Amino acid sequence: MGEWEAVIGLEVHTELRTATKLFCGCPNAFGVEPNTSVCPVCLGLPGSLPVLNAKAVELAITVGLALSSRIQPSQFHRKNYFYPDMPKDYQISQYDVPVNAGGAVALRSGKVVGIVRAHLEEDTGKLVHRGGGGRIGGAEYSLIDYNRSGVPLLEIVSEPEISSAEEAKEYVSELRAILVATGASDGRMEEGSLRVDANVSVRPSGSAELRTRVEIKNVNSLRSLGRAIGYEIERQIAVYEGGGSILQQTRHFDEASGETLPLRAKEEANDYRYFPEPDLPPISPLPAEVERIASELPLLPAGRRSRLFELVEGASPDQVEVAIAEEVWPYVTASIDFGVAPELVLARAANELVALIGDAGLLTPLRFAEVVALEERFSPSQVKLLLKGAVGFDGTVEELVARVGLSSSGAEDARAMIKEVVEANPEEWGRFVAGDAKVGGFLLGQVMRKFGRAISGAQARAALDELASGAAGE
Amino acid sequence: MNDGILALDAASLAAAVRSGEVTAVEVVETYLAQISVQEPEVGAFLSIDAEAAISAAAALDRARESGEELGPLAGVPVALKDNLCTTGFPTTAASRILEGWIPPYNATVVDRVLAAGGIAIGKTNLDEFAMGSSTENSGYKITRNPHDLDRVPGGSSGGSAAAVVSRMALLALGSDTGGSIRQPASLTGIVGLKPTYGRVSRYGLLAFASSLDQIGPMAATVKDAALMAEVIFGHDPMDATSLAVPVPALVDGIEGGVRSLRIGLVSNLLEVAAPAVAAAVERAAAALAGEGATVETVAIPELSLGLPAYYVVAPAEASSNLARYDGVRYGFRGEGATAEEMMVSSRSEGFGAEVKRRIMLGTYALSAGYYDAFYLRAQRVRSLVRSAFQEAYSRFDLLLSPTSPTTAFKIGERSDDPVEMYRSDVCTIPSNLSGDPAISVPFGKEGGLPIGVQLMGPALAEERLLRAAYALEAGWSGE
Amino acid sequence: MTSGISKADVVHVARLARLRLSSGEIAMYQEQLSRILDLVGEMDDDRLAVMPAMAHTQDLVNVLREDVPRPGLERERLLGSAPDTEGEFFRIPKILGEPE
Ligand SMILES: [Mg+2]
Ligand SMILES: [Zn+2]
Repeated sequence: MGEWEAVIGLEVHTELRTATKLFCGCPNAFGVEPNTSVCPVCLGLPGSLPVLNAKAVELAITVGLALSSRIQPSQFHRKNYFYPDMPKDYQISQYDVPVNAGGAVALRSGKVVGIVRAHLEEDTGKLVHRGGGGRIGGAEYSLIDYNRSGVPLLEIVSEPEISSAEEAKEYVSELRAILVATGASDGRMEEGSLRVDANVSVRPSGSAELRTRVEIKNVNSLRSLGRAIGYEIERQIAVYEGGGSILQQTRHFDEASGETLPLRAKEEANDYRYFPEPDLPPISPLPAEVERIASELPLLPAGRRSRLFELVEGASPDQVEVAIAEEVWPYVTASIDFGVAPELVLARAANELVALIGDAGLLTPLRFAEVVALEERFSPSQVKLLLKGAVGFDGTVEELVARVGLSSSGAEDARAMIKEVVEANPEEWGRFVAGDAKVGGFLLGQVMRKFGRAISGAQARAALDELASGAAGE
Repeated sequence: MNDGILALDAASLAAAVRSGEVTAVEVVETYLAQISVQEPEVGAFLSIDAEAAISAAAALDRARESGEELGPLAGVPVALKDNLCTTGFPTTAASRILEGWIPPYNATVVDRVLAAGGIAIGKTNLDEFAMGSSTENSGYKITRNPHDLDRVPGGSSGGSAAAVVSRMALLALGSDTGGSIRQPASLTGIVGLKPTYGRVSRYGLLAFASSLDQIGPMAATVKDAALMAEVIFGHDPMDATSLAVPVPALVDGIEGGVRSLRIGLVSNLLEVAAPAVAAAVERAAAALAGEGATVETVAIPELSLGLPAYYVVAPAEASSNLARYDGVRYGFRGEGATAEEMMVSSRSEGFGAEVKRRIMLGTYALSAGYYDAFYLRAQRVRSLVRSAFQEAYSRFDLLLSPTSPTTAFKIGERSDDPVEMYRSDVCTIPSNLSGDPAISVPFGKEGGLPIGVQLMGPALAEERLLRAAYALEAGWSGE
Repeated sequence: MTSGISKADVVHVARLARLRLSSGEIAMYQEQLSRILDLVGEMDDDRLAVMPAMAHTQDLVNVLREDVPRPGLERERLLGSAPDTEGEFFRIPKILGEPE
């Protein structure tokens, strides 16, 4: 396939994390009862008028700054087309003057993908198709829930500078990380709060021509995006090599078959009859306001990445990726600020913390820092135990240490007890050190039988693991 | 007492209700009796709710008895154009596509009228979605001019005008996109004010052309119009185009006169008027001069470009505003095996001919390939009209012109020729395009039919406009 | 400027506007729209080239609303005025195609 290259541009729609919708005070809520988060405005009732949400504008500018866009005066337009999930039968969107113009996303690979624009617009309601397996094609009738109607969207349009399915995935995941880091989006593709459309064409390698592109809609995970683009590239190459030509069309990705399939072809090209929205005066961001937002911008994924690579020479890229993730990053920064060695922070974050983070409970970033800092006093396996214990413990660190049974005297005693049992069972010990984990149960059983209440199971386990890791390392 | 009640202007009537001299129930019963006589002939209303009006009046009386201070419109019967959302009445904009629709919310102006103690007596007829100048385009009925039942009351706020002039309501609200308050006021012999764009909240007004629409008062006298204006003016956070500027006292200074005001008589608008109308405008100019104003003739030829620009901008916005009437969420639904067919049927059967004509025109003007030649060009004309006005207002405090080139015409006389009908809006359209206020005041009659003259002013000059209108009103003795 | 509008234009515009026209209506609108476009053709002035397009009559800018929730509408009331419903949803006939 050396003779063909793909030209891919992506349109990412992200719902913004506001309390209310773009033009009305209805809660921007996911998963509530159908048609309960609605009002005259977002239902487009006759006589209703839109009033722009200040927070949505602020978040749009935040993202624009994060993408190095030019923040500019903007005006909403009406995009006119009929569709039953759109209450006014026009969408209020930004057209020739979007709030954010230009910009770029730097991928991990070092490649930079240009951004054309990132503009504000309103979401539509949701259709549910009944009969015919719930697909639009064979349905008997459809139902509409307008809760999503009017939810603020930011549409981020890339330059057609992406050249493979893999790169498309990389772009979306980097963009997603930026959106999440800025607090603009929760980035949940499965829930539809991040939606991707891909414009795909292919051309002979090295040529500069732009051939007919196909738009792929309806991909709802990174994996599907990769599969859909991969399939489409192959399909187009096969068509060209077979002497055929590609039709400009919209295709839909079918999860089950892994194919892209054409949507019903339109009788005529769209004509959206854009014109300036008379109900909404223009927006002109104040320089001081833009400066304030810029000054409050958090460290973005790229910045986090380079900070860690600076701190830890030769850091594992995989560990770094885990550490800069939105939910992990506060723990990492708290620990580094606390004075813990960055290498150690990286290792504990990437290995132990990740396993706990889904249900971190009382394990706050500060507590994480405090515990990881104890690694001067305790062995790694003990620190792991402490981290686990911290999830459900509300007390001081020393109380936590005592609770887990690692207060210095306790740990000392435990080591002595384990040693005694190990020396009495050399054969089992040898097998355990060699990696037969099942024997651990036997050894612990012996400890408990001999010392009973004097030692906790956790203490015993920690001491055993510690002794074993010491023995294995010899 | 009944004749006495009907003779009172709004301020006096509200004062009488506030003091308990008359009860609000007596007032409403008097007006309902008037409606029962006049309405069968005039046909001003699309819906009336006598019971609700009486119970609202009774509630007002009880509030007064319990010591509550009543508002400036206490007990005043108000007619509401049927393109204003009301929870108490169906709201149809005189279109079959909204037959029976009862909004779940009140327009901001309706809430303000009710809070001021006004009694909503009924919803008035109009040209469907306010598109027309005769009220003949209603999907339901024809409203007749009380001065001559064979003639139109003007439009699109013809029902409101007819209701006021036949005393079925003391005050009315209309909406004005290209003259829809002022032209029917002129043709029925009442006062109609189109405020500065943004003075009155449009929230709850069924949109025709959003950048031009403005709600305003219609009343028998200038003072009544001023009183109503004070009630409905003011910022509304629900309308992003609503102006956050203080509401001036309009009634208090209204007798201040026109001494030292510079008034421009717009000669090129005078030229399009019928001789009797032109003569009335000239008499009005003389009357103002007699009161101490300086009157000078001025030609503002750019204003004539307003008419063609209006017939691009208004239909373009309308084509988008009226897209939502698709049979999905409310209103009339036509037959169709698919959603697409159902939407087409709903719109094709629900809209009348004039509405379809304007939707077609507006869709065309915005469509690919025509946008620059029509829509964009029309927006440039708006700038030209506005700058011509600005230039004129640097030399004049107010401008004077006819409101309508003719007096009321016969029902059916112009309905075959939309272009002829459109041309009659030439004097009123420019102020909509620029967003400036204008008022029509009765000044003379021809063959028993009223003639109105128009005063135009710069943005936010309503106080000056009403003061001059008051002087004019006083200067014409009637016939 | 343009003089007249073709029958095909009328059909195209009616389709964009979701209106179904009889052949009689097509002929009528062709004639009337052509005459209205003649009227519109009167927009002619040398100064138009340098005039900015005016979308708003006011100079308002940045009219924004605080991001604070407000109570909405009762579902039963909305569904009560809908032409067709099912359960808690608005109901429509099957949809042929997807929007762009
Ligand atoms: Mg979009
Ligand atoms: Zn809402």
